[in-house]
Amino acid sequence: MTTAVSEKRVATLRGEANPRIQIAGEGPPVVYLHGAMGLVWDGFLDSLSQEHTVYAPEHPGTTPGDPDGIKAVDDLWDLVLHYYDLFDQLGLESPAIVGHSFGGMVAAEIAATNPDRASKLVLISPVGLWRDDVPVAQFLTMSPSEVAEIAFFDPKGPVAEQVMAVPEDPEAAVETALRTTWSQACTGKFMWPLPEKGLRKRLYRIKAPTLIVWGNQDRLVPPAYAEEFADRIANSRVQKFDKAAHLPQLEQLEAVSKTVREFLAG
Amino acid sequence: MQVSMFHLMPHRELPDDFEQRYSSVWVDPPWWELADARRVGQYYNWTLDELTYAAKMGLDGVCVNEHHQNAYGFMPGPNLMGAALARATNDLNTAIVQMGSTLPTTNPPIRVAEEYAMLDCISGGRLVAGMPLGSPMDANQVYGITPIEQRERYYEAHDLILKAWQSREMFAWNGKYQQLGKVNLWPRPIQQPYPPVWVPGTGSYSTWEFSARHDHCYCYLSYFGAQAALQVMNGFWSFVEDYGLKKNPYRAGFLQLVAVSETDERAELDYAEHVKYFYNKCLHIPPHYFGPPGHQDYRSLEKGIRSGFANKMQEELGRLKQYSYRDFVDNQFVIAGSPATVREQLRQAAKDLRVGNLMVLLHIGSMPHHLTIKNISMFATEVLPYLRDLWDDEGWENEWFPERLRMIRQPAAAGS
Repeated sequence: MTTAVSEKRVATLRGEANPRIQIAGEGPPVVYLHGAMGLVWDGFLDSLSQEHTVYAPEHPGTTPGDPDGIKAVDDLWDLVLHYYDLFDQLGLESPAIVGHSFGGMVAAEIAATNPDRASKLVLISPVGLWRDDVPVAQFLTMSPSEVAEIAFFDPKGPVAEQVMAVPEDPEAAVETALRTTWSQACTGKFMWPLPEKGLRKRLYRIKAPTLIVWGNQDRLVPPAYAEEFADRIANSRVQKFDKAAHLPQLEQLEAVSKTVREFLAG
Repeated sequence: MQVSMFHLMPHRELPDDFEQRYSSVWVDPPWWELADARRVGQYYNWTLDELTYAAKMGLDGVCVNEHHQNAYGFMPGPNLMGAALARATNDLNTAIVQMGSTLPTTNPPIRVAEEYAMLDCISGGRLVAGMPLGSPMDANQVYGITPIEQRERYYEAHDLILKAWQSREMFAWNGKYQQLGKVNLWPRPIQQPYPPVWVPGTGSYSTWEFSARHDHCYCYLSYFGAQAALQVMNGFWSFVEDYGLKKNPYRAGFLQLVAVSETDERAELDYAEHVKYFYNKCLHIPPHYFGPPGHQDYRSLEKGIRSGFANKMQEELGRLKQYSYRDFVDNQFVIAGSPATVREQLRQAAKDLRVGNLMVLLHIGSMPHHLTIKNISMFATEVLPYLRDLWDDEGWENEWFPERLRMIRQPAAAGS
């Protein structure tokens, strides 16, 4: 990794939450909201940070050493307010927001609740909607290998291997297990038992130009949801990628990065 | 010592290849392939008959519990069973031990307070009010409770129930999970200020702390037997001492599988297949079902991962499938054998664990009705009388048993 990533802590929700933000790059601000497995600075964020200042906050409770951070946030409404506070603390009036999976749902909630707080929106395989005929997989009740099977285009490929890797050092392995499990516990607070909490009624409020990114082979959140989002967001378009499942930004790193960067620059 | 019969009400006739054909006994076994409603009606009636028989034979209590969507033990409404048992035992001195209604999944939780009060009224003050947190399969997967909120919901429901039982005035409850404008419970329990509360647990520190803080009875429910329980119960008793409470053995409950026959050899003939059925089929549960993220609080999760406990549990569950009947008996997962064997082992186990409220699972897995009756009968006549005086020399009172039953030493059943 060549990117120099710095860290910052800010206070939100009357000081009850104290999220950590990883920051890198220079240029117009982009806020990146991570998915259920927790924040990992990856090649996609490296790519974004070449033209942007990337602010990647950790969702409440998911920062190592601060597991009780989740206690400040009771529900989705608190979570959205938490992010407005966080934007205020970072001096971001109306940044571009990129969200993956659970982070995509949160990004959409932020942009729908107060449309003035998002200049552009990129939703990568977001959860947040529900169709009985193509249900979202209940990944929080599945074993890691079951999740890998549906989340990756190639569950045995290098991307899957890298994302699911267990560190050799025992202490690092413990920390990885703790971080990913507790990240799912904390993000699961807003997704249990199904990740559909009424977003469909709010999406119409989004004003930001919106790019919806999906992997054609996503079996965790099937690609049919791309159109469900697009139909409800006025200024939106869909871009789907082949040989990619639930993590298209890693499985098709170059193509997705290029598309996202062009969209953000345009 | 007080000894109660526990019953899970399992499916008694799962196919031989159940564990090969299906991924889990819990949450997702297909009803239409595996069960028949009329036959299940027979199971429920046998269960009620067996528990009623145990009461007539002099067991001190009868225990039922709540689970959902499984073939392991499916009494989704434990108080329906409790009501039938309370009515059927009205001329007896048997405690109705509900282990019980699951607090975080009963909404609003005053429903638990109401139904338990009904049971206490119907039974003339013989209720033991079990207050389980709920298994992750039941509470999180089946009943949709957000794992990270489960314990908070439990604590709030507990406080609400205790207040609803005791308050002289109507009150408003402005909780995080429950808002009720006018709480004014009808009926109230006979037992004052409230029925004894038993808290089932699996060895976690937070449940010990909770039980101690409220002066409830802590019940260690494990299927891994008396020997494996020793470490947990030693931990519990040293916790109790550090907490500044008296080491009254009745402060603790323990569940043990028990199977009695004429001889040790005969016990193997009678019970081996049912014990194996229980461990191989009734506990056929994917390990990750026990740990949806957030079901454990962060400290317990960290402790579990660091100690390797989570992995050990997985290995242990895997190993059980290879166990023979002798392995289960030698390791005291089941205390089984002749009356003399069971008597001696059970008395020693209860003594080692310092348990005053013993629960015995006398129906195990696929055990048919007639064999269950035999087990109950032999246990009641040839084992139970030798257990009762276990704690007498220390002079403790069972403060966690219905008051009107505490001082009654049940007469030895006919035939002893």
